[in-house]
Amino acid sequence: MSGDTQQTAAQYIQHHLQNMTYGKFPEGHDLAGQWGLAHDAAEAKAMGFMAIHVDTMFWSIFLGALFLFLFKKVANTATSGVPGGMQNFVEMIVEFVDSSVKSTFTGRNPFVAPMALTIFVWVFLINFMDLMPVDWIPGAVGWMGHQFFGMDPHHVYFKVVPSTDPNATFGMALSVFMLTLFYSFKQKGLIGFVGELTLHPFSSNNIVLKLAFIPINFVLEFVALIAKPLSLSLRLYGNMFAGEMIFILIALMYGGGWIAGIFGGFMQLGWAIFHILIITLQAYIFMTLTIVYMDLAYQTNEDH
Amino acid sequence: MNINLTLIGQSITFAVFVWFCYAYVWPPLVNALAERKKQISEGLAAAERGQHEQELAEKRAAEHLKEAKGQASEIIVQAQKRASEIVDEAKDDARTEADRIKIGADAEIAQEINRAREDLRQQVAILAIAGAEKILKQEVNAEAHASTLSALAEQL
Repeated sequence: MSGDTQQTAAQYIQHHLQNMTYGKFPEGHDLAGQWGLAHDAAEAKAMGFMAIHVDTMFWSIFLGALFLFLFKKVANTATSGVPGGMQNFVEMIVEFVDSSVKSTFTGRNPFVAPMALTIFVWVFLINFMDLMPVDWIPGAVGWMGHQFFGMDPHHVYFKVVPSTDPNATFGMALSVFMLTLFYSFKQKGLIGFVGELTLHPFSSNNIVLKLAFIPINFVLEFVALIAKPLSLSLRLYGNMFAGEMIFILIALMYGGGWIAGIFGGFMQLGWAIFHILIITLQAYIFMTLTIVYMDLAYQTNEDH
Repeated sequence: MNINLTLIGQSITFAVFVWFCYAYVWPPLVNALAERKKQISEGLAAAERGQHEQELAEKRAAEHLKEAKGQASEIIVQAQKRASEIVDEAKDDARTEADRIKIGADAEIAQEINRAREDLRQQVAILAIAGAEKILKQEVNAEAHASTLSALAEQL
C-alpha cells in the first residue's frame, strides 16, 4: 500500500479509482471560479463538465504519440527489400490490420485501414498500461507531487490506464460514431439515411400501413444506432475497469503479511498473463467493430 | 467516473492521431509491402521461367546425347564393316598375289625343266654321237650323219 499513514482498504481502492482532475472550482468553494487540481473525489465531481482528466489525457496522448513516432520512423525507412526487425514487426501489424479491413469492409475508403491501425495499436498500448503494477506510477507521481509541489500524496490521484476512464472510451467511440454518420450521409444522402431509420425492419406495400410503421421502425432503428457507440465504448471500459479493479484487489493482499503477499504475487502474475489476452482481444474487438460500423455506413441497399 | 472535457479532448486526440496515421504512416508502409509483394511474385515467376528453361535445356541435351550415341554406334558399325572389308580385300589381294607368285614359280619351274631337258638332250646327243663314234670308229663321217643325228636328238 502506498502512503505514509495507514489507509483503509476502501480508501486505497477509491484512491486508485480517482482521476487527476484539473478543472474550474464550482460556486461555494474557497477557490470558486479558479482552475486547479481537485483535492478529492467530491471536488472532482463538483467540477462537473468543466474539468479534464490530466492523467487520461497525458497517457493517451503519450502512448498515441509513441505509436505514431515508432511507426513513422519505420515508415520513413521502409524498404521493399529485406526488412529489419522493427520493420518486420510493424509490417506484421499493418498486414494483420489490412487483411482484417479487406475481409470486412466492402466499400472504398482509404481512410478506414489507417483508422483501424490507429485504433488497434493505440487501444492496445493504452490497455497495456494495465499490466503496470498498480502502485508504481501513481506512487511515483504522488512522491513527485509531495516533493516538488508540496501536496499531500493522498490527494494526488493518478490513473494510469486511460481505457478505465469512460471519457476516453466514449471519446473514441464518439469519433467513430461521427465518422459513420458522416459516411452514411455521404453515401446514402439525407433521404436514404432517414429512410434507413424509418422504413426498416417493418415495411408494407400498403401506404397506410407503411406510414403507421414509421414510428415503430424509428424507435427500433434509433436504439440500434445509439447502441453502437455505447456498446463499443462500454465494452472496452467495462473490461478494462474490471481488470484494473482485480489488480487493485490483488495489490491489497500485499498489506496482509508475508503469506498473503506471496500468494498475491502469484495471483498478480497469473492475472497479468491472462490479462495479456484480454487487452489484445479488446483492442482487436474495438478495431473490428469500428470496421463493421464503417461497413454498415457504406451499405446502401439494405434488404431485410 | 465523471464525464467532462476529457471526452472532447479524447475525441480530438483520436481524430488527430487517425489523420496523422492516414497521412504519414499508412501510405509508405503499405507501398513498401505492395512493392515487396510485386518483387517476390516477379522473382517467383523468374524462378519458374528459369526452371522451365532448365527443363528444356535438359531435354535438348538428352536429345543431343541420344543423337550422338546413335551416330557413334553407326560409325562403329561402319568402321567394323569397313574393317572386315579391308580384311577381305587384303585376303583377296594376298590370294591373287600368291596365285601370281605360284604361276611365276610354275613357269620358272617349267622353264628350268625345259632347260634341263634341252641340256640333257644335247648331252644325250653328244653321248650318242660319242657312242656311235666309238662303234663306227673309222667309218662314220660326222658331217655325213649330222642331219640324222640331229633328227634323232629332236625326237628325244
